[in-house]
Amino acid sequence: MVGITSYGAYIPVYRLSREILNQVWGGGGKGEKAVANFDEDSLTMGVEGARDCLKGTEKESIDALYFASTTPPFKEKQSASIIAAALDLREDIIAADITDSLRCGTIALRMALDAVKAGSARKVLVVVSDCRIPPPNSAFEPLFGDGAAAFLVGGNGAAVEIEGSHYITSEFIDIWRLEYDKITRTWEDRFIRDEGYTPYLQKAVATLLKAHNLTAKDFATAAFNALDERTHRDMARRLGLDAKTQVQDPLFGKVGHTGAASTPMILIAALEEAKPGDRILLASYGDGADAHILRVTDDIEKIRDKRGIKKNLDSKLMLDNYGKYVKFRNLMEFEPSLEIAPRTSLPEIWRDRNWVYKFHGHRCKKCGKIQFPMQKACMYCQADEKDLEEIGLSDKKGTLSTFSMDERSPVIDPPNVLAAVTLEGGGRFFSQMTDRDVNNLKVGIPMELTFRRIHDALGVHNYFWKCRPARE
Amino acid sequence: MRPEAIRDKVAIIGMGCTKFGENWDKSADDMIIEASFEALEDGGVELKDIEAGWVGTVTTGGTGSLLSGPLKLPYLPVTRVENGCGTAMEALRNASFAVACGLYDLVLVVGVEKLKDTGLGGLPEFMFHPVYGQGFTAPGRWALGATRYFQNYEIKPEEGKRLLAKIAVKNHHNGTLSPKAHFQREITLEQALAAPIVAWPLGLLDCCPVTDGAAAAVICPIDIAKRFRDDYVLVKGFGVAMGPGLGKEDIDYVYDRLPETQAAAKQAYEMAGIEEPRKEISLASLHDCFTIAELMEYEAVGFSPLGGAKQDIEAGTFTLEGELPVNTDGGLKSFGHPIGATGLRMCYEAYKQFQGKADRRQLKDPKISFCMAQYGHPGFLGPVVTILGRRD
Repeated sequence: MVGITSYGAYIPVYRLSREILNQVWGGGGKGEKAVANFDEDSLTMGVEGARDCLKGTEKESIDALYFASTTPPFKEKQSASIIAAALDLREDIIAADITDSLRCGTIALRMALDAVKAGSARKVLVVVSDCRIPPPNSAFEPLFGDGAAAFLVGGNGAAVEIEGSHYITSEFIDIWRLEYDKITRTWEDRFIRDEGYTPYLQKAVATLLKAHNLTAKDFATAAFNALDERTHRDMARRLGLDAKTQVQDPLFGKVGHTGAASTPMILIAALEEAKPGDRILLASYGDGADAHILRVTDDIEKIRDKRGIKKNLDSKLMLDNYGKYVKFRNLMEFEPSLEIAPRTSLPEIWRDRNWVYKFHGHRCKKCGKIQFPMQKACMYCQADEKDLEEIGLSDKKGTLSTFSMDERSPVIDPPNVLAAVTLEGGGRFFSQMTDRDVNNLKVGIPMELTFRRIHDALGVHNYFWKCRPARE
Repeated sequence: MRPEAIRDKVAIIGMGCTKFGENWDKSADDMIIEASFEALEDGGVELKDIEAGWVGTVTTGGTGSLLSGPLKLPYLPVTRVENGCGTAMEALRNASFAVACGLYDLVLVVGVEKLKDTGLGGLPEFMFHPVYGQGFTAPGRWALGATRYFQNYEIKPEEGKRLLAKIAVKNHHNGTLSPKAHFQREITLEQALAAPIVAWPLGLLDCCPVTDGAAAAVICPIDIAKRFRDDYVLVKGFGVAMGPGLGKEDIDYVYDRLPETQAAAKQAYEMAGIEEPRKEISLASLHDCFTIAELMEYEAVGFSPLGGAKQDIEAGTFTLEGELPVNTDGGLKSFGHPIGATGLRMCYEAYKQFQGKADRRQLKDPKISFCMAQYGHPGFLGPVVTILGRRD
């Protein structure tokens, strides 16, 4: 039966305590929210979620990649194609950005299931990610968080089967961004709650359960999103779920509302706890609503090696002030830099695409040594380029050979930590370090690689890899 | 290589050097004119007798007209060279070849850099690729060496910073004895240790300043040098070792030593006929863009054994009164680092020391000088070495 064969999630390492927002703007928010680092966006977080999902699985049979986000970093230019390159997927796949709706994740999931059912794809990778910018000093600011989720959909070995779904599409306008808006806009919350969220989600669930002759009691848990904590509690009650045993935590307290990624991430948290045979109610709201009956199979036990939600939650760094958050999301007009602006060259990046995006290195067939980046001749034995074979190195772990912390470098979050990372099996990555605690660095610590936005030189997002201290 | 092709074939008969510093009121042209005419007057040479020129700069100009323009040279062969921080010595080296082969009698060599017109507090980041190696500023890159050097020799960061501070204190002291140096200020060990961090573990006083300046030399074949002066200075040898820059990606390289610097020094020793550098060399100018660079260079050029820099620093080996004074004029740290002029500034110090004109920092009876300037960082270096000797 067609279903979800693997899942993965990503929560950025930085968290902002709502206490800090209370100090700046007043209010009594509790808990914390996940904040993408300055070099992250929905695309890079999507890559992270997808890498978690694909860990230990073969990638050859992935025939399509759908990237679902309301915040794709390009308005024109596909993000899915860049994600596919960073994941080193085959070239002959179909890739699509499915965007604009907070429900684009569950819509993409359905499209993936349909493609596999129809036989037009063996496996489809669905990547859902959002990095929405809330207006400062708004109800959204403490609420919004950043994160990503990914699902591999296939016909064999499904860990989660979808027994039924119901979709409702509505023109209802509640939360939006115009083509020139940076921050999310909204209408009066009572209107959205009473005429949007509550009736649509309830209707989707009720219609689905009725068609399948099920009641709330038939579910081990329910994973659904909401406008906020309060509407989530209210919906659980309306659906007749037991708040203590049947409702999956919507992650608002520790991560925040992650937009399109919200429902998928809540689902992954549910799957981490799920036992074979469990039935899960999944429901999502935005431009209407959808509801799904999920059945967990025995194969769930084969995909327990994920960072998922739990491990990502456990590995964190606290943002120590609001100023850093403002800089990360570029929420103020800052002093123009006298530094020479970075430049880029699209032909240069294109020539180097196999190591810039895919992080391929070379293995010398003559001396056997691995090297990064790809070389024109072996750096160890000078063997000709034809004796060098390309190998993917992005999954390699490494150790920190040396590092420095540059306080004067024109980066958004100084110090700029420079690093030389020796990769397991060979190759050394001369790299910028990200997601680091500057008080806890020393030669020899374990490192891993992460795909990041390096800069926006010449008005284009320029992506490449960085290193970071291993997150688990 | 045939060392005799260059050793003792070329003489420096005149030298000039501007005041190094934040020369807000001087353009590159002003500094070129000042340094060139000081060198010409020092050598008793008239500009009209100059037959060719070499001019070195990294960022200040593009072609030989950088020299022919301000000096109004009448259609002479002038070549601009650039080889990173060793640029000025590279100009001297190539000019020396032209003189040694007998082509020209009088050649003017100038190095210049005008850095303070850019609005930058530091050097611009030299970028080589749109996304790879981003943010690797000079202090950040040298600090990679410091971190690993300390680790390898089991020197605690605080202890390591103390060693580096001693180098900064020494070079600041020497700078107070050099009227043309950028800084004329003593610093204490405590000040150096308390300075704000620039690129951990390097603090502000571990870094050389951003400086404007120019330096110049007039050279001629040895056989006519006596026409101009008795105390001319001899070119003994050069060494240049452009690394492929792979150390940073080579897992066999561990950032604790400078193989390119070692190779350049070896070439120069061979050309100059030096077998025991520590004994034979009277004074040295090393490339102390950062204090850690000077420390690692002690070992790379053979003044200290590998891992032995610490002992020598503590023993005061490289102070003005020590066994082998290094950076007697204050070095890059105190004299300043106008990139394309630095190499000739180092030669200027040797030249003045040999002639007994080094004021309060004058050494007793110096005979052989070692000068080394290099671009890059541990794992990616381009050193240029010049060995000069007193005429005996």
